[in-house]
Amino acid sequence: MREAAAIAPDVCPRLPRGVRLVHNEAQGGWVLLAPERVFKADAIAVEVLKRCTGEATFRAIIDDLAQSFAAPRDRILADVTTLLRGLADKKLLEL
Amino acid sequence: MAETGKALHNPLGLLAELTHRCPLGCPYCSNPLALDPRQDELDTPTWARVFAEAAGLGVLQVHLSGGEPGARRDLADLVAAARSAGLYSNLITSAVGITADTLRQLADTGLDHVQISIQDNTPESADRIAGYAGAFARKQALAAEVVRLKIPLTVNAVMHRANIDHLGDMVALALWLGASRVEIAHAQYYGWALKNRAALMPTTDQVKRAAAEVETLRTRHRGEIVIDAVVPDYHARLPKPCVGGWGRRSLNVTPAGKVLPCHAAETIPGLEFWSVREHSLADIWANSPAFNAFRGTAWMREPCRSCARRDVDFGGCRCQAFALTGDARATDPVCHLAPEHDKVAALAAEQHDEPYTYRRM
Ligand code: SF4
Ligand code: SF4
Repeated sequence: MREAAAIAPDVCPRLPRGVRLVHNEAQGGWVLLAPERVFKADAIAVEVLKRCTGEATFRAIIDDLAQSFAAPRDRILADVTTLLRGLADKKLLEL
Repeated sequence: MAETGKALHNPLGLLAELTHRCPLGCPYCSNPLALDPRQDELDTPTWARVFAEAAGLGVLQVHLSGGEPGARRDLADLVAAARSAGLYSNLITSAVGITADTLRQLADTGLDHVQISIQDNTPESADRIAGYAGAFARKQALAAEVVRLKIPLTVNAVMHRANIDHLGDMVALALWLGASRVEIAHAQYYGWALKNRAALMPTTDQVKRAAAEVETLRTRHRGEIVIDAVVPDYHARLPKPCVGGWGRRSLNVTPAGKVLPCHAAETIPGLEFWSVREHSLADIWANSPAFNAFRGTAWMREPCRSCARRDVDFGGCRCQAFALTGDARATDPVCHLAPEHDKVAALAAEQHDEPYTYRRM
């Protein structure tokens, strides 16, 4: 896998219209609904996506996650960059 | 206790065939040859009940399809009903019959996504395939409107011998229209498409070139547009898990209210389908004979029964097995392990340039 390109600290990631994060008991938890596709969202993805409101900056999201999970900021930054880039490539997120 | 391999899953998707009426006449249409007439169509409250029952079963997305859903005057009410049931709504349209006004209404009601079909990259050829003069221009106009309203757009391109060499240009067109996703779908030979099979069938060379081109285009347009494509059945070695497994992931409601495990299921003789007019969706999902006929793996014969892939592809498509072997329990002959696999290869090599039989009511 190639390394994900960096995300500028001041962009505000958001779910585009047509992509919704919903909780559904019958399907066993959180799912991301997208055009003709449904993705199961794991616990980490849910924590990240809930923060992608279009209001918080990428920098603030990383700070918040590092604090909430008491994890090294560098690692969070790398993991979340990979996750969000992957979602953006699939048109599930706007950066 | 559920029988082994027959455990009941929650369906994810509902294909709502709102009507069979359609101004276009695509020869690859997978609707049945015997189309439901308008007077048999379910009314608005019944569809609203079906959407609510679907959501109760765990369904997340409803695909509003047809025919041309724009032929329903209550389309905005149906989108509203889907929305209030909590469903993600996807409009699958030919674009002919949906005005800019209707679309704005649908957007206000909360429509989540629009899929527009295009038949080819030039108006002459596209309109010839659709059997409708001026269709291409109307598709472009509606696509522009969808993008202007910021609703995500998928372009659906059904490929066959007449247009498969234009795949690259069709993806370029989708990009130009502002689509975020393009679906390269190959004609599936049910209904009208089966009638037109020899006129539609691409050559093996065409299919190979198209597959290579998809790979190139995916790399070139990464992040710009999502390109979804699958190998066409008759040219594959392994079958697709049709509808994600019979009675496992999705259900299909016909214009008149019959509930099918897949849109072609009525081509299999002897199956008993139940209607939403007489039963709740939950009752149908769990108990209708048609849904239980091929649920799980217990119905399988060899070579599927002892195959490692039986929980991956579920033995392929039942409708295709029936269409090609006369036995709905047979291994899908697309599979290279199927005794009748050579039949598929022979059909894939059969091309006749005869005029299309257009889909008409
Ligand atoms: S495939 Fe063509 S003819 Fe069939 S419903 Fe769609 S637009 Fe109409
Ligand atoms: S034998 Fe049956 S289960 Fe095995 S790959 Fe072929 S179709 Fe699938």
